[in-house]
Amino acid sequence: MDNDIKMKADKINFFYGNTQALKSVDLNIFSNRVTALIGPSGCGKSTFIRLFNRMNELIAGTKLTGKIYIDGEDINSPCIEAVDIRRRVGMVFQKPNPFPKSIFDNIAYGLRVNGIKNKDFIEEKVVQTLKKAALWEEVKCRLKESALGLSGGQQQRLCIARCLAVETEVILFDEPCASLDPISTGKIEELILELKKDYTIVIVTHNMQQAARVSDYTGFFLLGELIEFGRTQDIFTAPKDKRTEAYITGRFG
Amino acid sequence: MNYRRIKEKIYKWIFTVLAFSSLFFLVGIMIVLFKEGTPIFKDVGFFKFLFGTRWYPTHEPPDFGILPLILGSIWVTAGAIIVCVPLGVGSALYLNEIAGFRQRQFLKPIIELLASIPSVVYGFFGMVIVTPFLQKTFNLPTGLTALNASLILGLMATPTVCTIAEDALSYVPRSFREASFAVGANRWQTLTRVVIPAAGSGISTAIILGMSRAIGETMTVLMVAGGAAVIPKTFLGPVRPMTAAIAAEMGEAPMGGDHYHALFAIALVLFLITFVFNIIAEIISRRFRIKLGLSG
Repeated sequence: MDNDIKMKADKINFFYGNTQALKSVDLNIFSNRVTALIGPSGCGKSTFIRLFNRMNELIAGTKLTGKIYIDGEDINSPCIEAVDIRRRVGMVFQKPNPFPKSIFDNIAYGLRVNGIKNKDFIEEKVVQTLKKAALWEEVKCRLKESALGLSGGQQQRLCIARCLAVETEVILFDEPCASLDPISTGKIEELILELKKDYTIVIVTHNMQQAARVSDYTGFFLLGELIEFGRTQDIFTAPKDKRTEAYITGRFG
Repeated sequence: MNYRRIKEKIYKWIFTVLAFSSLFFLVGIMIVLFKEGTPIFKDVGFFKFLFGTRWYPTHEPPDFGILPLILGSIWVTAGAIIVCVPLGVGSALYLNEIAGFRQRQFLKPIIELLASIPSVVYGFFGMVIVTPFLQKTFNLPTGLTALNASLILGLMATPTVCTIAEDALSYVPRSFREASFAVGANRWQTLTRVVIPAAGSGISTAIILGMSRAIGETMTVLMVAGGAAVIPKTFLGPVRPMTAAIAAEMGEAPMGGDHYHALFAIALVLFLITFVFNIIAEIISRRFRIKLGLSG
């Protein structure tokens, strides 16, 4: 039943200046599964997920020890460029962040910066990813209009489409529904379940019901430590650690 | 209780009056400019005044054609733009994208300090350092030229351009950059395709305000532009921008005479030009805020 390991975090310690945000975290991310990371605010789960596409190195004064692997390869090895990792590991952010460009250009951007110039290919890809992100029907007549005119939920699906266009292998979702209404949230969740056929997915969420609905595996973080990790079903029905139980039953957090 | 309410009312009135006083001064200045400037249009004719190529206000009979002065202003302003845009925008990009926190804390105040140097000091610097340099380098009869004025004005406008452009760049939300990096763009692509377009209108505003600064500057051009009221043909010749003409001649123009009215009319033209610049800058920056989804 266990699956192939797509990504692996090995003894991760992470510091913002002198503050330690992650303490010796080990975690496996399985191929074509959804892994949810839960925990109270400030527990390090967002920091952790941003290590998988080397996003934290954009922040000055941070330090990482330990290793992160994708398909057994060390992503922080000096022979690997951050852009190469980000082409394999995409990310959808907490707040929808489309560029102030047209809907079309938002998706084409990822292709263009990766050196694709063929216009027909780009056009085809835009249509294809919009369909995949369940947004095509809503925007097909307004591809040239600004993406900022879309609703929050549509913007977030556009950001997912933008990520899909790059054809990454892994998609990281950092609280993707934090600023969305329940209907938009439902659509995004459906989409995540649909996408796991082709992608490996990691999702950080504050919403435990969401974790229970969409994920196969769940990790519970507290104060920078991974307290418990296992199959979502087990974590929610029979947590081994008292702190996990306290959190999922709503006693704190 | 009643006493407090009266006190509050008085405060409210004082601040209202203070706030509206700028409007009062603006309108007052406009009225004076119109009243003192328009009579010359009756005597000389509006188009002949604006497009006349000879400015000999003290000859007999006098010539009141301000085209050489307008062109003088345009030339030095254009030259200043060529100097201050690369300097100002370049340093803004450096401060925002490349400089670390400490460097930025150190460099930004220094660039801003350039703006606090009095213009007469810039003019002095132009006369003593730049003038002989240009004279020697280009083998000119005089170093007091449009080029000299352009260089100094450009330097003076740099802090304006840099500060406003840097603000525009820093208003670009971090989320845009992150989104760009997340799809595999490198730093250069992120800068040229996301950050600069997003800050584009802010940067244009910076440039227009820099132009405003350059075209309105008086003391420096009076000192280094050379002062010849001829239609400029080369940056290496002297020019007489509008501001310099007003400042140099107002003292000698008999009050209420044609020359006096002509100088007011030049001031009016200058005022309208900078007014238009500022309106354009305001419109662009408003669009910019809407584009980034900031409150208008």
